[in-house]
Amino acid sequence: MTSNDKIIEIEVLRYRPEQDEKPFLQSFKVPFTDDQSVLQGVQYIKDYLDGSLSFRWSCRMAICGSCSMMINGVPKLSCKTFLREYYPGKITLEALKHFPIEKDLIIDLSDFINKLESIKPYIIPAAPRTLEQGEYLQTPRQLDRIAQFSSCINCMLCYAACPQYGLKPDYLGPAAITLLHRYNEDNRDSAKAERMQLLNAHEGVWACTLVGYCSEVCPKEVDPAAAINRNKINSTMDYFLRFIAPRGGN
Amino acid sequence: MSTRKPYVRPMTGWWLKNPVYILYILRESTAVFVGIYAVILLVGLIRLSSGEAAWNNWLAAMQNPGAVLFHIVALCAAVYHAITWFSVAPKVMPPVWINNEKVPVEKIVTGQYILAGIIYLVLLGLILWG
Repeated sequence: MTSNDKIIEIEVLRYRPEQDEKPFLQSFKVPFTDDQSVLQGVQYIKDYLDGSLSFRWSCRMAICGSCSMMINGVPKLSCKTFLREYYPGKITLEALKHFPIEKDLIIDLSDFINKLESIKPYIIPAAPRTLEQGEYLQTPRQLDRIAQFSSCINCMLCYAACPQYGLKPDYLGPAAITLLHRYNEDNRDSAKAERMQLLNAHEGVWACTLVGYCSEVCPKEVDPAAAINRNKINSTMDYFLRFIAPRGGN
Repeated sequence: MSTRKPYVRPMTGWWLKNPVYILYILRESTAVFVGIYAVILLVGLIRLSSGEAAWNNWLAAMQNPGAVLFHIVALCAAVYHAITWFSVAPKVMPPVWINNEKVPVEKIVTGQYILAGIIYLVLLGLILWG
């Protein structure tokens, strides 16, 4: 810290399950330089002002998706957001919306993990290849169909942006549906029929009302709203096609 | 013993807490005005089929300042809905490929305005000279 440092006020929504009935705001004065991220501001609080503050982080370079939080009410990666953008105003930090708060800025993400597992986010080939047969091949054009949707880093900002998920926690949600789409569209995969059952369910694509905020907050330009809404067409086709192309009892 | 006690935040008043949500609610509520307008139009059709007097009464009712005001509001609502729809349409449709290149979202959005403009001009032409 040098004498040239500016001081910014950071308010954090604290919640300590052992002591608190409900969350409360606590304010900190944090010195910073123009190259410091909000995550670094939070780290400063933990290192110098209050060691009990809890938050998740890892890579510091917008690829691990751990440091997501609400920054002045907007879901953002705190490593990719800079303190200077808010100065001289103050910053209010809160755990990701629509998830239960475990402690301070840490959410209980088990619901998301369970949903992610349920869509089988891996390639399920029709006939598995042996090592001798080599890898599953894909053309650049085939890759291009899924490349954008495979950039998801599971940061959950889209869930914090989606009011439908907040209102209906059973909703499969933006990231899980996007990854489902990514594997369904992969030419090396053949488990589409199985995954369509999740999409067609009431908790699948039909719980989405196209608020569209998920795509706005996505730090990787994955555009989950596009993945979800294109699958409303797929789900409709899936429903009507069964009458003319029965799947032989599947 | 676990001291876990996850805190679930309430959703009350969620749509007022972010300008994006307010615009979303605004977009969804345009359906009310468009719906009422459709009913008025249907009543007009019924009046048309019940004879000249009924039709003229309906036309007179439409010139009531309240009716005119409602139509202005309904028009604004429909235009706002159309703008929001044009902007999200590329998310709803499958990607369009021309000559092995994905057509950019902006071109699809602009294309819809051009198409809508042409349709309105044709309709206007039909009404004025048809």
